Amino acid sequence: MLRFIFTRLILIIPTFIGITLLTFLLVHAVPGDPLEILAGERGLSAARHALLLHAYGLDRPLYLQYLIYMGHVLRGDLGLSLITHAPIIDEFRQLFPATVELSLSAMLFAVVLGLPAGIIAAVKRNSVFDHGVMGVSLTGYSMPIFWWGLLLIILFSNTLGWTPVSGRIAAEYDIEPVTGFLLIDSALSGDQSAFRSALSHLILPMIALGTIPLAVIARMTRSSMLEVLGEDYIRTARAKGLSPFFVVGVHALRNALIPVITVIGLYVGSLFAGAILTETIFSWPGVGHWLVEGINRRDYPVLQGGVLLIGSVIMVVNLSVDLLYGLINPRIRHRR
Amino acid sequence: MAAQNEPLILETTTAPPTPLREFWSYFSDNPGAVGGLVVLFVIVLLAIFADVISPHSPIATHDDAFLKPPFWEEGGTLTYPLGTDAIGRDMLSRIIHGTRYSLLIGSIVVLISLTLGVVIGLTAGFFQGVVGILIMRLMDVILTIPGLLLAIVIVAILGPGLTNAMISVAIVYLPYFVRITRAAVIGELAKDYVTASRVNGASTPRLMFMTVLPNCLAPLIVQATLSFSAGIIDAAALGFLGLGAQPPTPEWGTMLADSREFVLRAWWVVTLPGLAILITVLAGNLMGDGLRDALDPRLKR
Repeated sequence: MLRFIFTRLILIIPTFIGITLLTFLLVHAVPGDPLEILAGERGLSAARHALLLHAYGLDRPLYLQYLIYMGHVLRGDLGLSLITHAPIIDEFRQLFPATVELSLSAMLFAVVLGLPAGIIAAVKRNSVFDHGVMGVSLTGYSMPIFWWGLLLIILFSNTLGWTPVSGRIAAEYDIEPVTGFLLIDSALSGDQSAFRSALSHLILPMIALGTIPLAVIARMTRSSMLEVLGEDYIRTARAKGLSPFFVVGVHALRNALIPVITVIGLYVGSLFAGAILTETIFSWPGVGHWLVEGINRRDYPVLQGGVLLIGSVIMVVNLSVDLLYGLINPRIRHRR
Repeated sequence: MAAQNEPLILETTTAPPTPLREFWSYFSDNPGAVGGLVVLFVIVLLAIFADVISPHSPIATHDDAFLKPPFWEEGGTLTYPLGTDAIGRDMLSRIIHGTRYSLLIGSIVVLISLTLGVVIGLTAGFFQGVVGILIMRLMDVILTIPGLLLAIVIVAILGPGLTNAMISVAIVYLPYFVRITRAAVIGELAKDYVTASRVNGASTPRLMFMTVLPNCLAPLIVQATLSFSAGIIDAAALGFLGLGAQPPTPEWGTMLADSREFVLRAWWVVTLPGLAILITVLAGNLMGDGLRDALDPRLKR
């Protein structure tokens, strides 16, 4: 087991170097002189240009610049935003909980609906329910989520007037940040109307972002369940007179869940990407929204730092999923 | 004469079906897949004859008709069957012309990532030393960054526009084609027919492209179909973020971005382009699933 963890940890290093190389080259590949972009419309005199070039180390060879950049990154220094002049890492830290809250709720939504739907569809194979689940999940899988978000707004905010259109919570509430998750913080504050406001803001983005994982999880659970239900040990369990509920819920589900968990883990990464669109549609103040604004304002340090941080987070999440997978499935752990 | 013909007929009926016929019998058993194929065929026809079918020009503005609703709603007319957008362009014509862009985007994305992916994957499979490891590590890095985020980064570097959007989406899908090709190549390399060809003196490029590649095609075809659908969605998402096709191009994602501010006043300008995306992508995915079931030998019988 230790050996397994060790090799996985070692494998993360080249991936991380790759991500830093990509984000480093990102800024160098952008057409135009970075200093002129920094200076904006004021422009630069030739002497000042040379001075700044030296100050930022841009006159050194590229590989040295990369090593310097790497040094900064390892110390947690990702530079300042060109617009707000705040450290990138601080902005990210401030906005990241909102994205995590949205992504986790979306995943929870997908799992809570997707798992039972997939299990029932598998048990009642070829029934109307099964065909319904498969049809809905294929549609969900093909859904452009930026459009789906707008449809939800038309239906629930405009026609029914149930939910607000944008933001995380109504402006009148000032919630003390404890966990950074507004839903939990507002519940902790004891203010019920604040909690309701946070919940009503969260619900549409959650559905929009959770739809594709929901479709994938339902399909995956169904096919994995079907495979397991055909195994000999299930027939044995049935033959020895266990209740159908026990056979499906305990014997079959335990093994059927393994591939589903992997898919869930791998989808966390895609959720961050989906969050870019969802946060833009619902003006959700998370890192996705921040990143899109950074692009629109040509704030390259934000783009560079944001991609590096999101990439690193996903790398760590994938590693955890890998390790968890090894824990629950000995066959993976011992495979060379 | 009749007696002589009889054994001949027997022979033809017992002969194994040709691969194409066998494939078709599996594919046509799947109603979803056939449905997807039919819908895609209709979309191709719409794209070819867009100029003939469209009642108006997709970019002509009509000063007398801003945000007209579809004909079945109050205030709608049959002149603009699906209504008009905020500057008086006919929605139906724009959506019909949008088929051209979506089909073009899907095809070019697949063409780029399939071609590059096959070449890189074959290389990684044939040269499994340092070259192969480096290639696969690079692909892992690309896979670590979520597709849309990577596409956004690449477009940010190259500059917004339809061409750059297609290139960036193609790069995002590259690792899948590389992985599939490499895995298939490694599986095939151990087989006797490759050894036989090698012993016969076939050069490495010949082995790569003429001997091994044709036997790796099935998973690549499936991946190509699914990437076609995904490419359409991702390019539309870039258009929606203002990074893809630029207005007044009647690309469906860009149309959605244009009409976002009218979401609460005019449902049709938002609903219809998205519906067009959904139908196209769904058709592609249905066909892709059918292809996978028909081509994957593990699922047969």
